[in-house]
Amino acid sequence: MAYSSVRMLLSQSDGPVSRFRAWVFVVVPLLAILFQVYVPLFFPILGFLEMPLLVVVYLSLTQRSQVGGLFTGALIGLAQDSLSKNPLGMFGICKTLVGYFAASVGVHFNVDNTVIRLMLSFFFYLFHQLLYWVMQRMLLAQQPPFDYQSWLLFGALNAVVGASLFHFLDKLRAAA
Amino acid sequence: MESFVNRYRSLTILLLVIFAQFLLLAVQVKNDQDVRFIRVWTVTAVTPFARVVELLRGGSVGFFRNYILLHDEDAENRRLRDQVGHLKLENIFLKNELNTAERAKALGVFQARIPSKTLAATVIGTGAGSNAKVVYVDAGSTRGVERGMAVVTPDGIVGKVIAAYPTASEILLATDADFAAGVVSQDGAVRGTLKGQGTPLLKVDYVPIQEKVQVGQWFYTSGDDRIFPRGFPVGVVRSVRDAQPFKEILLDPVGLQHGLEDVLIITQGAHQDIPPTPVADQPVYIAPSTPDDESKPGLPAAAGASPPITEADKLRLEYQASGEAQGHKFGSGESGPPDFSGIATTPPRIPAPAAAVPAASAPVNAGPKPVTGATTKTTEVTRHSNQANGEPVGSTKR
Repeated sequence: MAYSSVRMLLSQSDGPVSRFRAWVFVVVPLLAILFQVYVPLFFPILGFLEMPLLVVVYLSLTQRSQVGGLFTGALIGLAQDSLSKNPLGMFGICKTLVGYFAASVGVHFNVDNTVIRLMLSFFFYLFHQLLYWVMQRMLLAQQPPFDYQSWLLFGALNAVVGASLFHFLDKLRAAA
Repeated sequence: MESFVNRYRSLTILLLVIFAQFLLLAVQVKNDQDVRFIRVWTVTAVTPFARVVELLRGGSVGFFRNYILLHDEDAENRRLRDQVGHLKLENIFLKNELNTAERAKALGVFQARIPSKTLAATVIGTGAGSNAKVVYVDAGSTRGVERGMAVVTPDGIVGKVIAAYPTASEILLATDADFAAGVVSQDGAVRGTLKGQGTPLLKVDYVPIQEKVQVGQWFYTSGDDRIFPRGFPVGVVRSVRDAQPFKEILLDPVGLQHGLEDVLIITQGAHQDIPPTPVADQPVYIAPSTPDDESKPGLPAAAGASPPITEADKLRLEYQASGEAQGHKFGSGESGPPDFSGIATTPPRIPAPAAAVPAASAPVNAGPKPVTGATTKTTEVTRHSNQANGEPVGSTKR
């Protein structure tokens, strides 16, 4: 897995664009949301996992389409909003931006590299949390704590889980 | 312009989507209204899957338990647990009513009261956010659940319904920062507003610093908020601190301590009185000791099974032995007082009059022994109270 810097940078036409069957775009986000609402009920320790975010990052990175990425993020975010007590749009906006930027990164980088995936998952988790924190303060006039230590820790854990998840989802891509 | 839009197509779409969501957000925040149909769609879409997952989980676990390990014991166990939950709640109510009746001697009040009507529901999911303090239950508006209904367990309050969908309801937990309810201390002297903090502890706000609140004190719902009926346990004071302008009181929530699996939604609330003592410490009647024990008044407990354990006992035995050595029969009055001058001169810690009381007049072993040291004071106090009321010695409430 020794990727040179030349190999990591891709132009739009260089790397293969991932193709998934339509059901993957429905079932995988649905499972991620179900995981988010169901698993922490029995394993509260897994509450830190942001499965919907990881799925948005993965689908956006592999789609390599900014429009597709932002719509993926918006829909998953709004679904997540619907199942939370916050006003609709909070997760939606965050994940729209994550989807857009992840797709932008996917255009320029070879995102099959595990290290890159780890870094991207970590970065997008922090970006998502920070954006959500800012929006809570600015738009909802709430005073959430700026718990950057937890963010860093959970970001690292999400990155590890994300890398494994992406590896598993790659199999769906290959089979499709 | 058109070429600009084409050139930056994705960016333009991004801005439009973000703007649309900002607009959506602004409408909700400004009007304090929810875009309900989107939530209904999502919840209705997700709930069946959550039910299936819960069914599969429960089914697979239940299969192993029912057919391999316990063979139908699980169904019985679940039924009994439900029954215990209901009985526990009923027990709390009846105990509260009993206390009321005892205090007020008003049987009419006792009979007129009816307990709250509740609806059992199972928790099927949590809110979809990493910091979510909401859960979903499998009872919705089709079963009569409405927004604003209180949710409790037999142990205490859990939260309130913030949205009722056809197939499920969303419960805001008491630990959420948006949660608030009226509470009152056990003695009724301190009233405040319970607030969630987003942490496992709850806060009681708006309590003036002049009020006296102690660690370990219980708080109950006051019924002021028109959501929770009065008299449901809320929590125990973990810490109290004087702050400006109000006290800073933190509670351990009792309703959430044992996890959430099944809850009760109060569909028709009935206020009940706050018990004078916490539910776990309410007095329990203990019958008098057996006639065998009572037929031996004055018999030193030490002479039988257990050795003397107090200085008074030791002193009394010493005097008794000295008297018996001189042939004196205690309590008969036939002979003069024995000569105790030969007894060792160690200064007694017990006052002299107590030591001089004839052993036969002291019913040592009449009452039940306290189980723990913590309950001793209560036992003694109630025993005196009972004796004052003409009840037999040994009839004790703990």
